[in-house]
Amino acid sequence: MIQFILLFSRQGKLRLQKWYTSQTDKSKKKITREIIAAVLSRKPKMSSFLEWKDLKIVYKRYASLYFCCAIEQDDNELLTLETIHRYVELLDKYFGSVCELDIIFNFEKAYFIFDEFILGGEIQETSKKSVLKAVNDQDVIQEVETPQGLIDEY
Amino acid sequence: MAMSVTMDQVVKRAKDSFGQMFDKSLHDLVRGIRNHKDNEAKYINEAIDEIKQELKQDNIAVKANAVNKLTYLQMLGYDISWSAFNIIEVMSSNKFTFKRTGYLAASQCFHEGTDVLMLTTNMIRKDLNSSSMYEAATAMNGLSCFINGDLAHDLANDIMILMSSTKPYIRKRAVLLLYKVFLNNPDALKPAFPRLKEKLEDPDPGVQAAAVNVICELARRNPKNYLPLAPIFFRLMTTSTNNWVLIKIIKLFGALTPLEPRLGKKLIEPLTNLIHSTSAMSLLYECINTVIAVLVSISSGLPNHNASIQLCVQKLRILIEDSDQNLKYLGLLAMSKILQTHPKSVQAHNDLIMQCLDDKDESIRLRALDLLSGMVSRKNLMDIVRKLMIHMDKSEGSHYRDELLSKIIEICSQNDYQHITNFEWYISILVELTRLEGTKHGNLIALQVLDVAVRVESIRPFACNQMAILLANAHVFIVGSNTTTVAEVLYAAAWICGEFCSYLKEPQETLQAILNTKVTLFPGHIQSVYYQNILKIVTHLIQSSNNDQAFAKQLISTTIEKMSAFLSSGDVEAQERASVSLHILKTVLKLLEKSDFNINELSVLFEGSLNPVAPKAQRKVAVPNGLDLDAWINEPPSESEDESVVSETHYDNKGLFYGNSENSYSSNSYANEASSYQKTKNYVEPTADELEQQRESRKQSEQMNPFYLKDTKKSKATPKTETPTTATNGNENLQSSLSKGAIPSNLQVSLSDQLYRQAKIDEENRRLKKKSKVDGTSSKKGKKSSKKSDTVAADDNDDDIYPTIKVTRGGELPEGATASGNEDNDDDNNTKVGNKNKKYDPHRALNIDLNEVPKPTPSPPQPKQTSQKPVDVPSPPPPESHEKPKKPKKKTTAEKEAKATNSKTKLKKPERSDYKELVSPIDDEETTAPPPPASSTIPNEKPKKKKTKEKKSTSKTAAAEANQSAPLLFDIMSDEIPSSNQSTQQQNEQDLYKLAAQSDNLTVEYSIVSKTSAAELDVTFLLKNRTTSIIDHISIHVVDSMSSKLLNTTSANRISFPSLSLFPHAQNYLHVFFTINAISFPQKLKTTLSCSVNKSNQIENDTIEFKLNLPCSQYLRRKTLHSDAFADLMNSGTLTSQSNVNISTGKPNFTSIINTICQSYRLTVVDNVNSAASLYAETILGHPVALLIKSTNSPSNISINGKSTEAHFLSNLLEEIQTSFK
Repeated sequence: MIQFILLFSRQGKLRLQKWYTSQTDKSKKKITREIIAAVLSRKPKMSSFLEWKDLKIVYKRYASLYFCCAIEQDDNELLTLETIHRYVELLDKYFGSVCELDIIFNFEKAYFIFDEFILGGEIQETSKKSVLKAVNDQDVIQEVETPQGLIDEY
Repeated sequence: MAMSVTMDQVVKRAKDSFGQMFDKSLHDLVRGIRNHKDNEAKYINEAIDEIKQELKQDNIAVKANAVNKLTYLQMLGYDISWSAFNIIEVMSSNKFTFKRTGYLAASQCFHEGTDVLMLTTNMIRKDLNSSSMYEAATAMNGLSCFINGDLAHDLANDIMILMSSTKPYIRKRAVLLLYKVFLNNPDALKPAFPRLKEKLEDPDPGVQAAAVNVICELARRNPKNYLPLAPIFFRLMTTSTNNWVLIKIIKLFGALTPLEPRLGKKLIEPLTNLIHSTSAMSLLYECINTVIAVLVSISSGLPNHNASIQLCVQKLRILIEDSDQNLKYLGLLAMSKILQTHPKSVQAHNDLIMQCLDDKDESIRLRALDLLSGMVSRKNLMDIVRKLMIHMDKSEGSHYRDELLSKIIEICSQNDYQHITNFEWYISILVELTRLEGTKHGNLIALQVLDVAVRVESIRPFACNQMAILLANAHVFIVGSNTTTVAEVLYAAAWICGEFCSYLKEPQETLQAILNTKVTLFPGHIQSVYYQNILKIVTHLIQSSNNDQAFAKQLISTTIEKMSAFLSSGDVEAQERASVSLHILKTVLKLLEKSDFNINELSVLFEGSLNPVAPKAQRKVAVPNGLDLDAWINEPPSESEDESVVSETHYDNKGLFYGNSENSYSSNSYANEASSYQKTKNYVEPTADELEQQRESRKQSEQMNPFYLKDTKKSKATPKTETPTTATNGNENLQSSLSKGAIPSNLQVSLSDQLYRQAKIDEENRRLKKKSKVDGTSSKKGKKSSKKSDTVAADDNDDDIYPTIKVTRGGELPEGATASGNEDNDDDNNTKVGNKNKKYDPHRALNIDLNEVPKPTPSPPQPKQTSQKPVDVPSPPPPESHEKPKKPKKKTTAEKEAKATNSKTKLKKPERSDYKELVSPIDDEETTAPPPPASSTIPNEKPKKKKTKEKKSTSKTAAAEANQSAPLLFDIMSDEIPSSNQSTQQQNEQDLYKLAAQSDNLTVEYSIVSKTSAAELDVTFLLKNRTTSIIDHISIHVVDSMSSKLLNTTSANRISFPSLSLFPHAQNYLHVFFTINAISFPQKLKTTLSCSVNKSNQIENDTIEFKLNLPCSQYLRRKTLHSDAFADLMNSGTLTSQSNVNISTGKPNFTSIINTICQSYRLTVVDNVNSAASLYAETILGHPVALLIKSTNSPSNISINGKSTEAHFLSNLLEEIQTSFK
């Protein structure tokens, strides 16, 4: 099971975090700090895997962003790499040539895509089309509901 | 794709409508943060103040916007826990837009300890049941992140209901969420499991995949509860094309196979097919991992087993050779798993692993290093270490270098230096390692040098002189920095030079070197050893000077002069030792002046030699009678200060020798050895007057005390120290390289290299020598000798070209103790520790037997049906019965553990014997299905398979889909491997079970197979339960005869099968083994089988007595022989015994007669000409048996002419054949 997913920039700035195990803010911060440091210290020619405590960290860099997944000992590293890649593809399809700024400014959308793709650390939908359809459908609901929404509420 | 509405646009619209009310949208905030890089904190604090204002407003849109911004700030590391209540407010909005924002914020910042969660139960329940599937999904996504025990408890039912939603979109989420529910509320697993299992067959592949995911996660933690699902998964595996799902299923099988070896056998084929066909690396990798797991679990008995390993290794080689670092890394990782069980297969790829040592990626290099230690052999050790040494010179980074160093020592020292053929070389390697800058492994090197010098007697001269060189150059080790511990090696050097100073070439110079070193700059414990050993060398010098008084005086006075400086040592221990040594010398000098000195008085201090002590020796010492270890010793003030009390302190006070460095020593893996060094005898009392007395008392206590190291003579006689014979050429080798040991220190850099080359040349010489020897002998020796060598276990032929050097392995143990005696204790300790670690694992709580039905309903017993459908029984997976006697202890501890962790199982156990049809409300729909006919019919179709039991263990879960799963179940669980030679062969010959005995309860049949590898018979009993009750507590008692003995007995002449239970009308196999040491006569072994029959109200004991027939023919085993070899054998005259018999077979066809004989008696046809055939076989003790069968006059009459070395056996065999035709 995926334990958590972190997206961060080359400068070590966290861009996205998704935790599939319950953690306090304090331990989240600590883990994040340690993992960002560990991954950033890796040299470019190194493999995408590192062992961290009793977890395995699988990471991949896309342009300026590191995508990093923590998985358990008997999980499949290559499958995790594919998961990361699939997520990047989803982002790319959704935003259209995604870049770091898209994720910074629309971070909640990035999270919503996560939620359609992964639930509780397990892949729930392997079809890109289905994921994007679900995300778009919800966007439509939001759009429809917005003007009335504000008037109703007020 | 165009981006649709974002929160910002919502806010923008709101802004338009309400003007000033909104201060910032999320966009504004992000932009603002980016524009205030210098004072980000200040800017954000202001923003948070604004957000707090926004949250106070009534407008939910404003609040949602504020919460959205908080979610962003949370990611930047700001505390937003204060807003938990506002987040819940937003979550409870009835607008999807806001609800979504609220749930996102909650999933990011709530955790199981968040206290407002208890307010959310009803709101979440409402959302879960929302008519909008996206609202329900949002709630489930959020819940999966922050679910806690209470929520899991309260919402479990709602989530269960969602599993039957009409929308797959909801169903698959509900299934995945269920896993989180289980983790937080283990009680939910049992009632939910049937529903979850159904989802494996859901029409929607997404839901199916979700169910696979969840069960895979569950099963990885507690595999045995999920074994019954194997058939369903097997079908999914063979039908699914979705790699994501396949990987999970294959992973799941990896967890299951260790429990059920037959499952593994069944898996090999589909898995190898996948390995061949798939192009997806992740799937390939998973398959290889599972194949490895399978091969580990079925370590024997699979004929194409080697092919599978080879396939894996080949594929891994491709991965490792790939330019992709990831594949390389994973390939090495998987390779190390194979290495543990099949080192030979990996060793073949030595070259590749070595290449990986040059990889740019340190993590890959480290993986390769891990592999190396398993790959070394006597043949390649020197090459590998040499390569590592070269590597060390090139490599950067002290961490990696230290890793290399410890790995070199590890691979050289493993198994008590098993692979080292040349210790001079090893010592010189160790010396070279001390030149490594900044290493942290000084201790390790020092302990290695000590260990080698102590254990390998023949190396002492060389080691001693190498150490002398180190001591002479000790100044290089005085470095200011604290980062290196390499000076530790001087500790070893000083001790070796002192203890074995008789081997020193120039002891006087070494002494000078020691005295001239600024010893006081070293750590205290090193100083201490220095001072102690100065005394030893001085003693030796005087001793060997032939009573040269003048020399002795001069020597002592210079030593005293130099040593005075050492009195200023800052270390208490060292100072004390310096002082003691000094005063002894002064006393000696005084005596010398008076000409009253006898060297023996001094040398007696250092008499005796040091032997290694076995790591567990201390624990093996039996507590003497009358000694109560718990009683107070010192409660009353002690009246007599007995000397023995003083002497006892040497071994119980570890700190004595090592001072404060003790911790660092025991922290490394050589702690065990370290403790043995502490038991040196170098303990000296301050004044010479007390020495004599002290020595006496010490001798006494040595004699009395079993803890104490024994004298040399005794230790040599003890059988515990392995003393392989020292090959003569090994000694020569030693001598020749000894002369090389005297190379001046500045040339020494290449010493290990020189020794390496020398060793290679020697090796080549020996190889040639051996080759010529073999060539010479093989031509002389006849066929018989070659046959003999067949029966000897095939050795690595190259191994004997290496000299065997005596290494004292293990160590001394107290009398009567054996090395393996206390192993069980260790295991217990280990498991305890393991359990402790697992204490907080939520999965422990999920170890629930899912085959067990929650509640029995008082339905009347229906005897007719129970025999067909005894399905509700929780039963352990049917283990290979013959394996049990070998590991009874493990088994029982495992059982205990299972009982302890699952008290429910224990409570429900009595139901087993009742066999009522147990129906629970949840299982209602399943049990209404017609009872499967499978369990009664299928055993008849395939009577030989151990299937009935599996059926029972799985059938509850399989009941609903009995028609689909039952046949498949047998299919995959059955022992039969279609293409296996073994099974067909077995069928051909002896698989017909003969009836041995029968009682009202049991039918006992048996079949005998001779083992090909050892002089053993494998007798398989097939037990058939004739009752409607469970039969268990089965045990077999066989009276040993002169020539046979029952193996693996659990008590005298008896084997119990405690974990074997026979279910009504089921059958099972028991394997027992006999060793056979004489074959001349047939035997009838008196056998008693006892068991208990669990009738509905009572337990009946049943005993069946019968004679187990072991006719002579059973001692035969198949052996093919070429006709030339057969002719040679007949002509050789070795087959001295002959016997003839004429038989009227009543069968017209000669060929069919021969076939019958061959099949019944495990003979093979060597030659078959017209109406004559020659047959051959071997007894299990290796005697050749040759038969010549001719058809006489009429075709149905034959004459058999037998030849063998065993007369009685032969005549009995022929008699047997004769009777069989009557």
